[in-house]
Amino acid sequence: MSLEGEFQKVEEKLFQNRYLVDSGQPHILVAPHEKPSKNLLAMTHLCPAGCYSQAESGQVELTADGCLECGTCRVLCEESGDITWNYPRGGYGILFKFG
Amino acid sequence: MIDEKFDAIVIGAGMAGNAAAYTMASRGLKVLQLERGEYPGSKNVQGGILYADMLEKIVPDFRDEAPLERRLIEQRFWFMTDKAHTGMHYRSDEFNEERPNRYTIIRSQFDRWFARQAQSKGAILLCETTAIELIRDAYGKVVGVRTDRSGGPIHADVVVLAEGVNGLLGTRSELRPRPSAAHVALAVKEMHFLPPEVIEARFNLKGDEGAVIEAAGTISEGMAGMGFIYTNKESISIGIGCLVSDFAESETSPAKLLDIFKKHPSVAPLIAGSEVKEYAAHLIPEGGYKAVPQLFGDGWVICGDAGQLNNAVHREGSNLAMTSGRLAGEAIFQIKSRRETMNKANLSLYKKMLDDSFVLKDLKKYKDMPELLHTQAQNLFLTYPQLVSKAMENFLRVDGKPKIDKEKDTFRNFRKARGFGLIGDAFRIARAWR
Repeated sequence: MSLEGEFQKVEEKLFQNRYLVDSGQPHILVAPHEKPSKNLLAMTHLCPAGCYSQAESGQVELTADGCLECGTCRVLCEESGDITWNYPRGGYGILFKFG
Repeated sequence: MIDEKFDAIVIGAGMAGNAAAYTMASRGLKVLQLERGEYPGSKNVQGGILYADMLEKIVPDFRDEAPLERRLIEQRFWFMTDKAHTGMHYRSDEFNEERPNRYTIIRSQFDRWFARQAQSKGAILLCETTAIELIRDAYGKVVGVRTDRSGGPIHADVVVLAEGVNGLLGTRSELRPRPSAAHVALAVKEMHFLPPEVIEARFNLKGDEGAVIEAAGTISEGMAGMGFIYTNKESISIGIGCLVSDFAESETSPAKLLDIFKKHPSVAPLIAGSEVKEYAAHLIPEGGYKAVPQLFGDGWVICGDAGQLNNAVHREGSNLAMTSGRLAGEAIFQIKSRRETMNKANLSLYKKMLDDSFVLKDLKKYKDMPELLHTQAQNLFLTYPQLVSKAMENFLRVDGKPKIDKEKDTFRNFRKARGFGLIGDAFRIARAWR
């Protein structure tokens, strides 16, 4: 990760976007776990919006506010039960200005 | 909430959904279209290129009104290494024809226009409405949907699932499987704004002419993937996508991959000084013919990305989506005209029409390609681009070394690559292409 400083932070990229956040109603939930599965752990680098991070205690946590609703985590982690994935309520979530 | 019964409910207002809604509404069917976004296009992402022929078959005079960016007159394919690219360009004034063949578009604008066309024909569009459940009768036939709005179920003779690659309804209702990681690519994209004249100068364009660059090579770090650069009127769409299964095995992040692509010495000058106004991510169905699920049943059909109807080899998707939506609409209209029921046997007409069209013929032609790109990714995206680049540099650099020795060097490099399976790969690609 020595190159980290040379790249734009994902949060800065998301800052350009338009969202209508459904406060207190995250549409993706991570199931409680001791140790994350391989795929769940992979989401910490794979999520294009950087929504997944690993806590110091080892568990994978999620902040879904910046979610781009691509569905990558659903493809990798829904079937195993690592996460539950729903759309945000109609009208909420990412609102692409250009798409 | 809605008591009346519809001839058809269309889930989604993207390319496939709008095409289906327009086709049915313009033939007098009572159509309800549901869209979970605030407006059509607010959840949709594409590069994106519009293929005129397929839209002409739906809205013949679309050029008069549709929000089009630039007509494409030039296509560049770049084979990339870290410092170089070897390119193949095709540019022709023939593409400056009266009815141009391809345009760049911006989806949130285009989808709003397309949905309005369907509405002008009588389709009813409900935005901010997510279909959450299919309603079935005692025999299991789909007869409507339940939404996240208050009110009871909405009934229709048939439900057209044009809900996109990540649609939940079809999967939850067990009509189609959740896409597997090897059958979808994750693409990220940024919109870079620049004055039109700057774009025209940098890409050698005049007026509304446009150019496309598609790039493969070391930029995907050995994963099966591609980068793209599309010129819009006042912006450049730049993005990169790789198979999710490859991403999962790698350590890299898509955002970082995009930044590396943007910093490539061949790319950076094209977007220098631009203002970024959006960052998007989306899945692209890449499973090809073998990943296409069952597309029809009692009271339902599946169109577009939801049905994996995407030609990854030619980077075509929206045209397959539009055509599948149109054919579904035509099939439903035919069945309705005969006053027959929307059961599985009758709706098989849709599949037959798809089989007879370019949609499934093209996907069938390349049915072995997705697997090949996946298994040979290291060679195709890392080893060979470097080999070609080295050969080109060796050919062009004038350094006093006798040409005969240079040729020997290049020949030796290619012979070494035979160890990686160069000839076998060439043969496999030729066979998958046939």
